[in-house]
Amino acid sequence: MKNIITSSIAMLVILLGFTSCNNGNQSGGKSGALSNNIAEKVYVAPGEYDSHYAFISGGYSGNITVYGLPSGRMFKEIPVFSQFATSGYGYSEETKPMLNTSHGFVPWGDSHHPDISQSKGELDGRWVFINENNTPRIARISLTTFETEEIIEVPNSAGNHSSSFVTENTEYVVAGTRFSVPIPQRDMPIKDYKGNFQGALSFISVAPETGNMDIKFQVLMPGFNYDLSHPGRGKSHGWFFFTTYNTEEASTLLEVNASQNDKDFIAAVNWKKIEEYVNNGGGKMMPANYAHNLYDEHTHTATSTMKKEVRVVNPIDVPGAVYFIPTPKSPHGCDVDPSGEYIVGNGKLSANLTVHSFTKMLDAIEKEKFAGEAYGIPILNFEDVLAGVVEQPGLGPLHTEFDGKGNAYTTFFISSEVVKWKIGTWEVIDRKPTYYSVGHLTIPGGNSGKPQGKYMFAMNKITKDRYLPTGPEMEHSAQLYDISGDKMELLLDFPTHGEPHYAAAMEASIIKEQSQKIYKLADNKHPYAAKSDADTKVVRNGNEVHIYMTTIRSHFSPDNIEGVKVGDKVYFHVTNLEQDFDVPHGFAVLGQNNSELLIMPGQTKSSVWEPKQVGVWPFYCTDFCSALHQEMQGYIRVSAADSDVPIKWSLGEDIE
Amino acid sequence: MKKASIIMIIGSLLLLGLFKFPLWNIMLGAPQYPDPLGMNIHIDGIKGVSEFDLQNIDGLNHYIGMKTIPKAEEMWEFSVFPKVIFGMVLLGIVIGLLGFFNKVSYKYFIGWFVLMSILGVLGMYDFNNWLADYGGNLDPHAIIKVTNPDGTPMSYKPPLIGFKKLLNFDVTSLPHTGGYLMFIGMSLTLVSFWLGRKTSLKKTTS
Repeated sequence: MKNIITSSIAMLVILLGFTSCNNGNQSGGKSGALSNNIAEKVYVAPGEYDSHYAFISGGYSGNITVYGLPSGRMFKEIPVFSQFATSGYGYSEETKPMLNTSHGFVPWGDSHHPDISQSKGELDGRWVFINENNTPRIARISLTTFETEEIIEVPNSAGNHSSSFVTENTEYVVAGTRFSVPIPQRDMPIKDYKGNFQGALSFISVAPETGNMDIKFQVLMPGFNYDLSHPGRGKSHGWFFFTTYNTEEASTLLEVNASQNDKDFIAAVNWKKIEEYVNNGGGKMMPANYAHNLYDEHTHTATSTMKKEVRVVNPIDVPGAVYFIPTPKSPHGCDVDPSGEYIVGNGKLSANLTVHSFTKMLDAIEKEKFAGEAYGIPILNFEDVLAGVVEQPGLGPLHTEFDGKGNAYTTFFISSEVVKWKIGTWEVIDRKPTYYSVGHLTIPGGNSGKPQGKYMFAMNKITKDRYLPTGPEMEHSAQLYDISGDKMELLLDFPTHGEPHYAAAMEASIIKEQSQKIYKLADNKHPYAAKSDADTKVVRNGNEVHIYMTTIRSHFSPDNIEGVKVGDKVYFHVTNLEQDFDVPHGFAVLGQNNSELLIMPGQTKSSVWEPKQVGVWPFYCTDFCSALHQEMQGYIRVSAADSDVPIKWSLGEDIE
Repeated sequence: MKKASIIMIIGSLLLLGLFKFPLWNIMLGAPQYPDPLGMNIHIDGIKGVSEFDLQNIDGLNHYIGMKTIPKAEEMWEFSVFPKVIFGMVLLGIVIGLLGFFNKVSYKYFIGWFVLMSILGVLGMYDFNNWLADYGGNLDPHAIIKVTNPDGTPMSYKPPLIGFKKLLNFDVTSLPHTGGYLMFIGMSLTLVSFWLGRKTSLKKTTS
């Protein structure tokens, strides 16, 4: 009996052996059993590169994180709206102006929707824009330095949420307000909201060469909540679409009071028409106060300018510029397919998904088939504009992206899944769970005329048991799916930093080659730069002491400083003389009340230090720069306020 | 003989490549330098392969007490070499032209080649001496001092030609475009000698 079992097993093993051999032969070795090897699809071997960049919003961290796909590895956190001790962003003298606003210095932000610049409807990899929701601002990040270059505050806005999406040729980056407010701001009873509050939709022009932003005009809309937006493209280029909720205009318990209307609106804005109106002198300049902060790569310094007026446009002054499309149940995401024909309204309280037709919309407008008006803005008939309905796809639809192959992918927050459906037939093709409660999803090139539909990732709001527990607070989870086949395939689960709202992703090939390695010292125009040891000095100016300091492997120059007194304001201006890729130096001094500095090759950064105690205090390099990094240190002598120790500095010899 | 003379002229003209392209190239790769640092040795000075390579090589070499890479004005070679090369080109053309009009015999071609070879060997000898001094004449106060097993200080002399491991660096030293053009040019003058000899032998036998 035992023999029979043994030989049967042996036979079985042999048979299995044959079977797998056959598989191997049929498919040329690589696929077969291995085709199911999901690990292989996300494995990026040491030394090899990911195929895609993903720029993931950091939410309340205020920043952007840069990830690689398909590995899910994080490469960098780019500080945008929040102080960042790692580099000194927002702490250094040069970067403090970046966080200046009309409300003073705001050290943090709530970043939401990154969007990559486009040319002719395709991602061009020049810049990433991202909005700050809380103190309304839009930032522009360079994709050569991967640093924030510009931040513009958006006046008359509150809850800058339907932002920061770019038009087909990056003519505009658009910022809509989620919260309507009195415009101009004034002291008035909250209960008088209805009819008195307004919502500003801001069209911020982007200079083609520099990327510099300027608010071209703001459309002052009725006091609804403008939730999300997307540009028209292709045939609908020149239009912009915004979802609204709270068309009830409630100012309290919105949870109930803003959920009463069966339908809210998608606002269709013909920005080309308004642009023409404005170019002909239309609209009016209104007093305002908002910050425009620009970082100069050559002075390595940001400047903040307060702007004092903004052009506003009343939509009813521009006939044919704005229409309302009724859309069921407090729509959240407002997504336009790559052809520009279909506008998806993700009615978050609706069981169905509503898709509008741009062609039908134009037709209804031409025939003036209006169901009524709201504050003078024509309302179209729901049925006239409707392209189709995806019936019962899931619960709580939020956002839709497209793969460029005729399919759409919608996230469902409540049923925690991504549903793939077909444009035109509106049939559901596939559904896959997410872990858990997905918000946005991203397909590389998603907001463009040419999605790069190989991967899709879902960014979730709830993590729970996905990773090893780390106490009550944990990072959110994201899932990466292969969408190259008919069915979505879950590949990877990776944590994201802060709260990722949206993310923008694109093929790595364009950006990779343009990424800058160093700043040229010869181009450094910082007023306090010391470009060689000969330029180093210490200068007293009243109670301000300016130290022009250099760093190079492995010393500071000077590294002995005397003559500083308690009560002085000491500016360490540190220039990194290195011109070698990836050799930053750090600067830290004991009792620094701001943050360290991390100075890239060729760069100058300044840290203010206000010594409060007499003594001899060390400073050192915080970045392990070289074999003699530990020796990269110095001393600064602090004397009593009334002492007469003269200013002196030295390197390599005893201070005399 | 006309053909041989033309080849002689072309051969010597190829030396002009040295005024445009590097004679020699030394590349230094290390774990920290996946994109290696490199220096191109031209007849009139040393240049970095990338913009900041020389500065970065000097920066690294200060740890082991090496002198900085010499500027063109710091070595007599860089003012003499261009003159010598130019002179040899002129001489080659003159010999070629005279050969073309049958004023000199093909033997002058080999004469030019032998002279050029002697100068070349002297140049290599001089270059090797510089490499030895550059790699071995170290600051006694160097931060990092590495000794050979016998206690003598380690030399960081790059190889004259070929590959050598120097601490964490993989050093490769090879001729560059200008050098190759020179070798081709010199070979052509040999060819011209051989051709000249063949035609002259034909003449005498026929």
